[in-house]
Amino acid sequence: MHIKTMAEYAANGETPEVLFWVGCAGSFDQRAQKITKAFATILDKVGISFAILGKEESCTGDPARRAGNEFIFQMMAQNNIQLLNMYGVKKIVTACPHCFNTLKNEYPALGGNYEVIHHTSFLQSLIDEGRIKMQEGGSFKGKKITYHDSCYLGRANNIYEAPRKVLETLDAELIEMKRCRSKGLCCGAGGAQMFKEEEKGTNRINFERGQEAVATGASVIAANCPFCMTMLTDGVKEAGKEESVKVLDIAELIEQSMK
Amino acid sequence: MRIVQELLFVILFGTAVYLFSRKAGQIRKNILLGRDNDLNDHPDLRWKNLLLLAFGQKKMFRNPLVAVLHFFVYAGFLIINIEILEIILDGILGQHRLFVPVLGGLYPVLIGLFEILAVLVLTGCAIFLVRRNILKLKRFISKDLDGWPRSDANYILITEIVLMLLFLTMNTADQALQGRGAAHYIPTGNFWISGILTPIFAGMSDGTLEVIERGCWWLHIAGVLAFLNYLPYSKHLHIILAFPNAYYASLEPKGEMENMPAVQHEVQLMLQPELAANAPASDTMPKFGAKDVTDLTWKNLLDAYSCTECGRCTAACPANITGKRLSPRKIMMDTRDRLEEVGRNIKANNGTFTDDNKTLLRDYITEEELRACTTCNACVQECPVSINPLDIILQLRRHLVMEESSAPAEWTGMFSNIENNMAPWKFSMDDRDKWATE
Repeated sequence: MHIKTMAEYAANGETPEVLFWVGCAGSFDQRAQKITKAFATILDKVGISFAILGKEESCTGDPARRAGNEFIFQMMAQNNIQLLNMYGVKKIVTACPHCFNTLKNEYPALGGNYEVIHHTSFLQSLIDEGRIKMQEGGSFKGKKITYHDSCYLGRANNIYEAPRKVLETLDAELIEMKRCRSKGLCCGAGGAQMFKEEEKGTNRINFERGQEAVATGASVIAANCPFCMTMLTDGVKEAGKEESVKVLDIAELIEQSMK
Repeated sequence: MRIVQELLFVILFGTAVYLFSRKAGQIRKNILLGRDNDLNDHPDLRWKNLLLLAFGQKKMFRNPLVAVLHFFVYAGFLIINIEILEIILDGILGQHRLFVPVLGGLYPVLIGLFEILAVLVLTGCAIFLVRRNILKLKRFISKDLDGWPRSDANYILITEIVLMLLFLTMNTADQALQGRGAAHYIPTGNFWISGILTPIFAGMSDGTLEVIERGCWWLHIAGVLAFLNYLPYSKHLHIILAFPNAYYASLEPKGEMENMPAVQHEVQLMLQPELAANAPASDTMPKFGAKDVTDLTWKNLLDAYSCTECGRCTAACPANITGKRLSPRKIMMDTRDRLEEVGRNIKANNGTFTDDNKTLLRDYITEEELRACTTCNACVQECPVSINPLDIILQLRRHLVMEESSAPAEWTGMFSNIENNMAPWKFSMDDRDKWATE
């Protein structure tokens, strides 16, 4: 599969249906790259014309802004907006809820107005439109799956149902953790915590959440965020369940189960 | 004799109202020390929030059992105020149960309803005392509440119980006196609760009963007026400020951080130097983020006064759950304490703030607390009265990083990675699309 960039589309005088905003984790983190590939595969299979920015993409500025460094945020944001506006981008899909939140809620004030969709909502609409068709008796049929709400998709943007609707198509048994939806417990990575050690405490946040997820008895923990992915994978490892419990992104679950 | 009582009542009532409005004015002044923030857009949505969140207590119902008990206390308190109106008018005009002739047969029904509410308030408060002092729920035994805040909570509950008992005793004595045909005690019809309780007073003389009835009447109204004046010094102020705080609650998605136009402008000039020639030169250095309460918005300060220290935020905070020092409730309590201190300072120095070598940052809230926040919005989500502790945390973080360059070493590294490699990790920009070719 050749993944075209915005520059390639522009050179041919074409515009893709949607820009796939990969994000830094999706681009560089080895585990998250698999999610990126899974989502790109889905888009390709379904026949959606999409592009990435490739080497031209920069961090949205989210971690810098939340750590308190508005200068770096503004530098990243204004550069990105200039680029996106130059390409005339209208619609963006991303597999990172942090990028999603920043692009959707924080870029408009700086002159960047786009329709921004998180990949779980995008997958839901593809399923609703019948463009994604699931295999009969897919590999997750009857398995126990628990879903972890990321803070930036859930509380920050009130998206709780789309990811669950997507998971329902797997014919799996969905088990909720006690702290779910708007009461969901953070994985511990947000607010730039991903990039530093935790403060002194009695436990790590991802261990606490990993323990809770494992306690549901699920064999799959479904995530929607590359940072949650890292944190929960470590949390499951700490709980000693890395062999029996897999942490997978919703895009990966769908990619493995679609026709 | 009657005129003395009337005079006494008018003085008592006038003093209470005067003292309360003076203190309320002081609190308003303190809140307006915050920086401006226009929150008057979309009045329709704001009224909806006021009705749902404040009147309807929507978020309280995230825990239905407690919500029902709290609703009894809230509704009881609100509705019994109608009876307080009669009591005040009686006091000023030297009348007894002024509304009886006006309402006729409806009167005992209304009082009966109030009495049922009074019993519900009583029960609710008693259960709340048990939850705080005997069951010792985690959020109530937290060290956030050590000292005055814990006593404050108990004083409020005990006062409400006492006020309700006085109200019920007064009515019972009244009903008994009515039964005996005592002068001045006009027949009202049967009250639902106190009507049953009259046998308690069976052996007492009319004189004793009148003393009990009058005594309870005076203690009840004096208690209510004293409680009114206690509010501004107490966490219980939320019974008033929850309403404006719901109205002014943010209508933006919780994930959105406030933009900083000054920085936006600076960076714009940096990226497009051609704009600089026409840009008006600014001679004042803008302040970045918040170091003290006066750097926060007035809504942050209204938040602080609206907090009733229930601790739902802290109970949901992932950092707090895992033993870190951060407690969103403490952030709000610190903000209020510091604001009160600044307000007293201004008052003592004839209207100008005199530097006291203290700030909200460090003297009240430490860097360690601020660093522990994951910006998960659980505290914002949980608050039943629309308080946003996260907004304060993020403004203090902005000060730390932009004014003091104070950040953990890993963050400094992350900043320079973003600046140089366009990603928070040290990867080459050229490798950004490597995954697509593998």
